[in-house]
Amino acid sequence: MAQATQVRQGLNPQAQKLSIIVSKGSLDMAYPAFMLANAGAAMGMEVHLFFTFWGMAVINKRQEANLQVGPDASPGMTTAAVRDAVARLKLPTIPEMVAGAKDMGVHLHACSTTLEMMGMRKDDLVPEVEDIVGASTFLQLSENGQTLFI
Amino acid sequence: MSQAVQKKVVDSRGSFCPGPLTDLFKAYRSARPGDLIEVWATDPAAKSDITAWASKTGNQLVSVEDDEGYTRITVKVTNKKA
Repeated sequence: MAQATQVRQGLNPQAQKLSIIVSKGSLDMAYPAFMLANAGAAMGMEVHLFFTFWGMAVINKRQEANLQVGPDASPGMTTAAVRDAVARLKLPTIPEMVAGAKDMGVHLHACSTTLEMMGMRKDDLVPEVEDIVGASTFLQLSENGQTLFI
Repeated sequence: MSQAVQKKVVDSRGSFCPGPLTDLFKAYRSARPGDLIEVWATDPAAKSDITAWASKTGNQLVSVEDDEGYTRITVKVTNKKA
């Protein structure tokens, strides 16, 4: 889809592009990445998500819907508690976040080296993933924008 | 097709950040220049988020009205080609 929201000309270019490196495959780390990505897309920004290392779980067909809370979460925070809160607040699930991101024009890129390391192929990834790229492609895509590492 | 100004109501009550913003964006995608979009939200972040959206995208914030238990935020689509 073409960028529906037109960003005003003359703004700082950093304010027009958001790139997020999604390096963690836990439920609690996937949410902030997608919340920011989807908000950025709604703001008219060009948004790129680069999934690398454990972040690959978020776009793995077999794992996407079953992410768990990771060891960096607050002590006592459990996967069940996060899932309960998501259901109670009617927040989108991770598969819904991924589909919503794609629908709003967010670009999803998978890291080629991680894919190889994990013995995965493009077929193992959710269909929202646009392409498999290397680090230099990501650096080029993210140039002159703001980049976050999550 | 009618060129009349349309007003769309987007009911995002009960939805949390970035829900109201993404709901607004979906309405914006199918809106025409000059249309009004009125977002109903209970999320306390919606006011500032939608104000920021309007400022960033060059659309116009028309009004912010608090009703009982929710806020109605109206924007006018001013930065979209037909």
